[in-house]
Amino acid sequence: MIKYTIQRVLLMLMTLLIITCICFVLIRMLPPATLPPGDPHTAVIEARREALGYNKPYLVQFGIFLKDVFTRFDWGISDVSGETFGKEVLPLFLEKLPPTILVNLYSILFSIPIGIAFGIWAALKKNSWIDHAISTLTMVVVSVPSFVYAFLIQYFLSFKLGWLPFLAANGTNWFSWEMFRSWIPAIMSLSFGTIAGFTRTTRAELTEVLTSEFMLLARTKGLTRAQATIRHAMKNCMVVILPAIFGNFIGVLSGSLIIEGIFSIPGVGKLYLNSINAQDYPMFILLTVFYTAIGLVASIVVDVSYGFIDPRIRMGSKK
Amino acid sequence: MDKNIQFEHIPQEKFEFAHRDANLHDKKLQTKSRSYFQDCVIRFKKNKSSVIAAWIIGFLLLYAIVIPIISPYSVTADQDPIYKSYPPYVEAIADLGWGIMDGGYTLESQNDRQVRVLELSGQETGLNPIIKTISKTTVIERVRGKDVEVSYSKIEVNRYFLAGMKSKTVTLDEYKKIQEFQDETGLQVLYPIVLKEDIYTKAVLNSPDIKDMPPDYNIWYKCKDAKGTPRTQDVIDPTTGEVVIDETTGEPLQEIVPAYTTDQSKDAAIPYTSSRIEGDTGEYIYGQKKGANGDSVQIRYCYFNYYQFQQWEKTGNFSSPMFILGTNSMGQDLFTAIGVGARFSIIFAIIVSAINLILGAIYGSIQGYYGGWIDLVLDRISDILSGVPMIVVVTLFNLHLAAKVGSVGAFLLAFVATGWIGMAALTRKQFYRFKSQEHILAARTLGASDWRLMFKHIFPNSLGTIVTSCALVIPGVIGSETSLTYLGIIDLSSFAGTTIGTLMEQGQNDIQAAPHAMLFPSIFFALLMISFNLFGNGLRDAFNPSTKGSD
Repeated sequence: MIKYTIQRVLLMLMTLLIITCICFVLIRMLPPATLPPGDPHTAVIEARREALGYNKPYLVQFGIFLKDVFTRFDWGISDVSGETFGKEVLPLFLEKLPPTILVNLYSILFSIPIGIAFGIWAALKKNSWIDHAISTLTMVVVSVPSFVYAFLIQYFLSFKLGWLPFLAANGTNWFSWEMFRSWIPAIMSLSFGTIAGFTRTTRAELTEVLTSEFMLLARTKGLTRAQATIRHAMKNCMVVILPAIFGNFIGVLSGSLIIEGIFSIPGVGKLYLNSINAQDYPMFILLTVFYTAIGLVASIVVDVSYGFIDPRIRMGSKK
Repeated sequence: MDKNIQFEHIPQEKFEFAHRDANLHDKKLQTKSRSYFQDCVIRFKKNKSSVIAAWIIGFLLLYAIVIPIISPYSVTADQDPIYKSYPPYVEAIADLGWGIMDGGYTLESQNDRQVRVLELSGQETGLNPIIKTISKTTVIERVRGKDVEVSYSKIEVNRYFLAGMKSKTVTLDEYKKIQEFQDETGLQVLYPIVLKEDIYTKAVLNSPDIKDMPPDYNIWYKCKDAKGTPRTQDVIDPTTGEVVIDETTGEPLQEIVPAYTTDQSKDAAIPYTSSRIEGDTGEYIYGQKKGANGDSVQIRYCYFNYYQFQQWEKTGNFSSPMFILGTNSMGQDLFTAIGVGARFSIIFAIIVSAINLILGAIYGSIQGYYGGWIDLVLDRISDILSGVPMIVVVTLFNLHLAAKVGSVGAFLLAFVATGWIGMAALTRKQFYRFKSQEHILAARTLGASDWRLMFKHIFPNSLGTIVTSCALVIPGVIGSETSLTYLGIIDLSSFAGTTIGTLMEQGQNDIQAAPHAMLFPSIFFALLMISFNLFGNGLRDAFNPSTKGSD
């Protein structure tokens, strides 16, 4: 198990390195952002680009980049004119991370109980109209992307009825009530899909578990239906649900570009779009690595957690 | 029923040889046999929601194909500069008074004077913008030390009529053309020129409120103040020359005084010969001389009718604005734009799915068939590719290739670059399942080549699974395409006219004033996604009953 985990992590690091290399080279192949003529910083920027090896082969440039990252945590300096000019990209990025994580975290914390509850309800009432209604609704909700919900919530709840703030509050006081309240529309829009996802997983898994023989045994032993469901069926269900939750928790880091844009949450998504539009390549590389890493880590955690949660599953064994 | 169970007592002479001459063969099947495909169709038809979804898809496809063709508007050529983010309006339906498609737009807290000005602006053209008063509240306000009752109304207005009068300078040719249009159709486009100095009294004219302001072309009557309150005068009976008295109140009847200019020296270089408004005895002027030698004309025109003139000029046909779903912030007809966008999305998704299907099938076949180290190496490659986030792939492809192959080409390649991986994994799995079966062994023993085994004997077995999964790939592609164009990472409107994502992005920018511009594309898009997913699921369950319910 440990061996398998180490194997997967090493493989992931290699994959990450290769992807970073490819993306790095592709980005460096683009002409760097042109400086306005007569810019006072021209000499400094030219010197810096020279030091980064802009005129050397791409692999040498990549080597310099890696060296900087590993020895000094230096991901580069934003060299496009604007408010981020001349600042290091890593602190800029870390500054934008909390709102993204928090919004998505709240959304998941909100979705897990609701999603699982609906899933259990549907599974217990299998093939009744409740089950059909929940299953169809889940299908419908999963199909519609979050920005459609964002529009509906923003227009009806925030604008027409005025119950919620229209946009996210300003400031950096992430944990204040005001800030949380202004995030509610965004949290709600993100939650629809997640809730439906959890409902679907739970329902599919629980219906299968409920028909298995050990459930029959549990009932014959004299357990009530509720006892049997909670103690035996749910435990087995969790083998599938927990990894999904873990995967989601890590996935929240990558956030949602669209929702952040709609509710003007000052998060990572905005940073990404800005870096593309402004040709801020150091930032772009950092965010590319970030998004890639999140995806890879999430998939490993999901895979490996199966092995830890359920001792019956032997990961990496050759049967 | 009584059964003869005493077999042993059957008399011998009753026995005879049964099949002495008869040909022995199986009985012909009484019922027609069903093919695998027919079986699937029957299973699919049992799934009600999928059948409904299939109908909806058919309807949406029809919409996407037919509407851009039959619509009188085009998304590229017809971008109206005035009718931007306007609500739905169809004259025939608005006239029914159902409260739909009437260009309805709510104006909050309008005081009595503002309402009166709106009414009067409609009086000139006969296009009254006020549809109805939704509510009226009266409050007591202190104005100049006195308590005054002021009422504020929430009114619903027709935004198309509200656009009212505009003014611009045109060439003599166009001036003539508009007159031609008026003569031919009887629609009044040009209205008499009103000069600022005729509307307001000297004192008002010099006040800072109005002095440097551009004139409000909707005002055609003499005003008391800068806010447009009409000046009234007693009605005089033309026969007797006496002041007419209103019988109910006993006070002189009041009338609005038009402020049209009669200064003939300002008339345009060419005469106005077309229809004149009611009450004009030939002394009002319809075009004001402009330019050094009078080679251009300033006109005052009703935009609602001018819009029809523009159409007439372009195509020879004309009708009142007919925006079934309203217009968006670009001044495009949403009804057409959604069709154009959907057409692009669907065609794009089908092409992408087809390419991915072929690429993925070949890749997955090789992986699954050969196995061993080839599988391992190819698996690593697809692993690495699938690790790159979609949004990064699209961005990079767009930055690198958009200049060479166009943004659509770059977008397509980006989708193909990583899109085939899912299909390859699926094919690989199917190959592992089938490659060790007996019929493959038999074919191999007969000396079939690898290629023949792969595509003649194994692949057809997995085709059902692969093709049905395509039905789920299409909504996936449409979804990411829409999200990416919505984010503005890639702009396809120069190629496709517009896309659903672009439409939604434009709608999102102004959801408070014009929610319809976001609502209608959203509904269309949501319907498309839901029905494609339901349809795809139904198809998969029908072709592979064993996977039923496991999504």
